[in-house]
Amino acid sequence: MTIYILCLVLFAIGIYCLIVKRNLVKKIIGLGIMEYAVNLFFILLGYRHNGNAPILDKQFGVGNFVDPLPQALILTSIVIGLGVTALMVAIAVRIYEKYNTFDIDEIRRLKG
Amino acid sequence: MLPIFVIIPLGCAFLIPLASKIRQGLGRILATFAAALLLFFSLKSIFWLNAGAKVYYLGGWRPPFGICMVLDGLAVLMLLVVNLVGFLALVYSWDYLKRYTSDNLYYTLFSLLLAGLNGVVISGDLFNLFVFLEITSIASYALVTFGTEAEELEASFKYLVLGSVASTLILLAIGFLFGHVSTLNMADIADTLRYSPAKYLLNFSLALFIMGFGLKTALVPFHAWLPDAHPAAPAPISAMLSGVVIKTIGVYALVRVVFNIIGFTQLASSIFIGLGIISMVAGALLTVGQWDFKRLLAYSSVTQIGYVIFAIGLGTPLGIVGGLLHLFNHSLFKSLLFFNSGSVEFSVGSRDLHKLGGLANSMPVTSATSLVASLSISGIPPFCGFWSKLIIIIAAFQANHIIGGVVCIVVSMVTLAAFLKVQKYAFIRKIETLASAVKEVPISMKISMLILAILCIGVGLFFNSFISTVIQPAAQVLLEGLNYTAKVLGKG
Repeated sequence: MTIYILCLVLFAIGIYCLIVKRNLVKKIIGLGIMEYAVNLFFILLGYRHNGNAPILDKQFGVGNFVDPLPQALILTSIVIGLGVTALMVAIAVRIYEKYNTFDIDEIRRLKG
Repeated sequence: MLPIFVIIPLGCAFLIPLASKIRQGLGRILATFAAALLLFFSLKSIFWLNAGAKVYYLGGWRPPFGICMVLDGLAVLMLLVVNLVGFLALVYSWDYLKRYTSDNLYYTLFSLLLAGLNGVVISGDLFNLFVFLEITSIASYALVTFGTEAEELEASFKYLVLGSVASTLILLAIGFLFGHVSTLNMADIADTLRYSPAKYLLNFSLALFIMGFGLKTALVPFHAWLPDAHPAAPAPISAMLSGVVIKTIGVYALVRVVFNIIGFTQLASSIFIGLGIISMVAGALLTVGQWDFKRLLAYSSVTQIGYVIFAIGLGTPLGIVGGLLHLFNHSLFKSLLFFNSGSVEFSVGSRDLHKLGGLANSMPVTSATSLVASLSISGIPPFCGFWSKLIIIIAAFQANHIIGGVVCIVVSMVTLAAFLKVQKYAFIRKIETLASAVKEVPISMKISMLILAILCIGVGLFFNSFISTVIQPAAQVLLEGLNYTAKVLGKG
């Protein structure tokens, strides 16, 4: 149970970072922390205490296996996260070229 | 046959960069051809349905082990929306894209967008839906910033951050559901939940889903990104975003999850109605004050999506029919209006309503089609928007939701006021400086605007047969709710 609460704390740190920080790069890092908290949550769902690798072998027999499905899902999710982060960093670099700052208080041409 | 809806655009996205190495301009032919093929198949899929829902098992693995693709009434309606607007937006892009460089990248991203949208619609697996949703989102983030001007980058970054938060919330909700049922097939989740209900867990994941999909749909507390992102994109992309993307990865995904997996409860109904009413009122009030043509249209999308969510939230047969019909109609007239604004920007070079004027004479096609679209969106008979709004209002009063019904009527009048303002300032009033120099837009842009205008009138005139062929089967899927399971898993 404790480990789930710690996972939630990690998620909350990510949200805090995303909302409070005024720097684009820090926001990107906050989003990364959030994504990793969710990934960790998935892995925890599949975790079994003292579980074996899910390979059918005479040595282990059928029994206490770790659930392999969340691991496969999270592999996909990590790749998606990589794509989003790359795009976000690319846009942040272009924003820096146009505005000469990473501070979102100064990047404010759109309103209304 | 079902995977072709994903394979065609995905293969096309792969081939376009190669093809444009061979000959410049081959990319757009390929993309348009693929979209025409998709439109053909989605029209044909209306007739595939006669034998009931079609299920395709990927690699022959039956659920709950494999991934399956499901074509039912609701999926057919959404495929029609996606591929119709997608094809017309591509035709529109032929001439519009002369304003930009490196158009093969644009067509690649556009094909990826279509692949993601079609995938979301036919997916029968919750995680698979998430993956397609991310493909759609990434393609649309990149397309919003296609012009790489300062404003576009800023809007895209905002969209990107909020969109990623939404995706994370959706993934978290999927995680909570998965932790309880240990399966990802949508039908199987619904089946398992029936035998082991968990009220608090379901309510918690419902809240996460509503936050996640609500952000993607831009319902009012979550709408901050939309008025920036939609106007910043090139006009065909604005049409796709407002006309299709917010409906497919927002409304459709939300409705599918809530109705067919979690179950449509009283709680969900009141949340839908509440969000719908807030979106309608706030969206309409913000629409009237706008002077940027595209920004006005973007705010009006918030309003119209409010109608859809409100009507579906009523949960009555008539309400759901009205909501889905309005969803289809909105994709027609909002895409048309974004095409119009794109044409105005293409010819005049500005979209500030203060600076426009007198375009009725110099741009007859744009002016006439925008009049059709404005009357449709404000709900004037016999255009298509009138019937869907009428059905929604009747459904609201039938369901004893007097406040909602009155709000629908008032908001419709406010919308009329906003669009009369557009007509007056952009097209009708006379000003000296502009009149003679402005030319009508090239042929491909005219064609797609005319087709959409004809469809607006056509659906308005033949709304009855349209409802019975397309909307009714879609509404049936939602009304049957958890029976979705029986169809997909093939047991009673």
